[in-house]
Amino acid sequence: MTPGAPAGPAPVAMRHRLAERGVDRMLLLLLPAAVFITALFLYPFLYGLQLSFQPQGGGVFENYARFFGDAYLRDTIATTLWLGVPAALLNVAVSVPLAYRMRGRFRGRRLLTTVLVVPITLGTVLTAEGLLTFLGPTGWFNRVVVGLGLADEPVRLTHNYWGVLFSLIITGFPFAFLLTLSYLRGIDPTLESAAATLGAGWWQRFRHITFPLLVPGLAITFCLSFVLAFSVFPSAILVGEPSGETRVISIAAYHAAFEQYDYSMGSAIAMIMGVVELVVIGLVLGWRATLYRGSSGGRG
Amino acid sequence: MSLPAASGRISELRLEGVSRSYGARRALDGLDMTIKGGEFVALLGPSGCGKSTALNCVAGLLPLTEGRILLDGTRIDTLPPEKRGFGMVFQNYALFPHMSVRANVAFGLRMRRTPAAERRERVAEALRLVQLGEYADRLPGRLSGGQQQRVAIARAIVLEPPLVLMDEPLSNLDAALRLEMRTEIRRIHQTLGLTTIYVTHDQEEALSLADRLVVLRDGVLQQAGTPEEVYTEPANRFVAAFMGYRNAFELPVVGGDSRTVRLAADGLALTGVRRGELPGTAVACVRPEDLTVTETVTETVTETVAGTGTVAGTVAGAGGGVAGANTLSGTVEVVEYHGRESAAQVRTDGGHPLSVKTPARLAPGERVTLSVPPERVLVFAP
Repeated sequence: MTPGAPAGPAPVAMRHRLAERGVDRMLLLLLPAAVFITALFLYPFLYGLQLSFQPQGGGVFENYARFFGDAYLRDTIATTLWLGVPAALLNVAVSVPLAYRMRGRFRGRRLLTTVLVVPITLGTVLTAEGLLTFLGPTGWFNRVVVGLGLADEPVRLTHNYWGVLFSLIITGFPFAFLLTLSYLRGIDPTLESAAATLGAGWWQRFRHITFPLLVPGLAITFCLSFVLAFSVFPSAILVGEPSGETRVISIAAYHAAFEQYDYSMGSAIAMIMGVVELVVIGLVLGWRATLYRGSSGGRG
Repeated sequence: MSLPAASGRISELRLEGVSRSYGARRALDGLDMTIKGGEFVALLGPSGCGKSTALNCVAGLLPLTEGRILLDGTRIDTLPPEKRGFGMVFQNYALFPHMSVRANVAFGLRMRRTPAAERRERVAEALRLVQLGEYADRLPGRLSGGQQQRVAIARAIVLEPPLVLMDEPLSNLDAALRLEMRTEIRRIHQTLGLTTIYVTHDQEEALSLADRLVVLRDGVLQQAGTPEEVYTEPANRFVAAFMGYRNAFELPVVGGDSRTVRLAADGLALTGVRRGELPGTAVACVRPEDLTVTETVTETVTETVAGTGTVAGTVAGAGGGVAGANTLSGTVEVVEYHGRESAAQVRTDGGHPLSVKTPARLAPGERVTLSVPPERVLVFAP
């Protein structure tokens, strides 16, 4: 285990020294997780990585060269970012005021929380179906809009960019909201009381105290929301326009692997997808590292 | 700002029938009190007595259920906390963890849009006053508990508020630091003369700091007065118990006159000072340090005494007048060494537990005879 440990002292002392560094039998509890990660993540990832370097023709980097050479493939990155970033930003932005209002106790809070969280349990397909009937050309929304004379003809909100964005917001919001709420609850409420006694109105309290302490948590919330939205697939097909406006990167990967049977290309696209996500997360976390991230309790 | 004294001196803060209920529970029930400018008032009571509720009501952090709060005749209980302009020190300090010590102290001035130059000067002065000048650029998380508390005090007093509110500010500190900070708070009050309301459950802290004590219990005012008044003439058995009268005997009244009263039952008889109207039964309260050990008997002898029967009980002071001392006898059960003195738990022959503080060296199992002069026994209605 610890290679540098001198052989001199008795075995008991050795065990104690190892325990001091967290090496003891409790470590075995990590075993199932380690097996799990190796079998279900590490192995497929490494397998896919090496597969992406074995193109059906050309050099080692042929797949990558083809992806970036072909505008139809290359543009899927922008298409997906154009969906994922606004969806994640909007989810976080909407969560903040709601969670801020709901951090305290009030009558009906549980009911409201339940209503806000229900979309998680529905799944993407059901949400998509609901959106199609609600926002579709003959759906309630358009009937109301046309009926009130707000528009001459039905507004197109499905089978395009908007349909997918709505779907991402509906399914992604509960995650963002729950995370934001728990980060907000972690902030000692006496800090706001203290700010109030010092003359700060509610906006100043939020602006100078709560928000700065919440931002590191919001960065994490954004990252998770973004990753969820970036791998959008079912809704891009069901309520989007999978061959055009919402041809996201996962569709490109699916297309390559399961319609053209080019697993190597599919893997390469998956790798590119991962790298794009990592770049975005890296940027956000890099910015987060410049903020105060310590305790948000009153005792500093 | 609708405040008559946005900063500086006030002449009085008046609470009129201030009440606060949580559902059916009345945490604070009709509190009336007046605090004069420059005074240091301690709100004292056990946890749950409503003292923190009262403070939060004054601060504006809790709305009142009933009553009014007037600052120099102007009603303030309808104002939100940010409009009252009071300085508050919280039990957990509530320092803004993401701001430096300087920014914490400057926060209130910033909210008031004090010009930067004046702000810098006042912050520096406040930090000097709490002896933290060299820590101005640190984050609160990198300070010790005592230093954090000093920052919290500086942050509250830098505004020179008409009223400083302190909510058990020393309860998170260790014993030595608590004594040091107590002196510090007293010194700051003497220097600046800011009107202060100080909440605590520690009677020693309240006695040593305050000009005036207000004792609360179950949301109801029990007594208000100078530390000396409250300490020497507690208004009722509850205040007495809080002021160190730890021994209480509930006994039937058997005699007495306008000044003294005599209680007796089960071989226990006590004569004490009458405090207020007494019904048929009354409570005699005695401080542990007022009991003196007059006689100790070793265990072997005790056996024979105990064997002789129940008469061994307590003998009342000879003559029964105020002049004669009350005598109690019992067996030592537990002894704690406190240095110059020891604290002992004695069980009287009638079965009452009794706390004694004495310079005498006692041992568990010993039989002791204790005496207390009648003027040191206070008798209250139960």
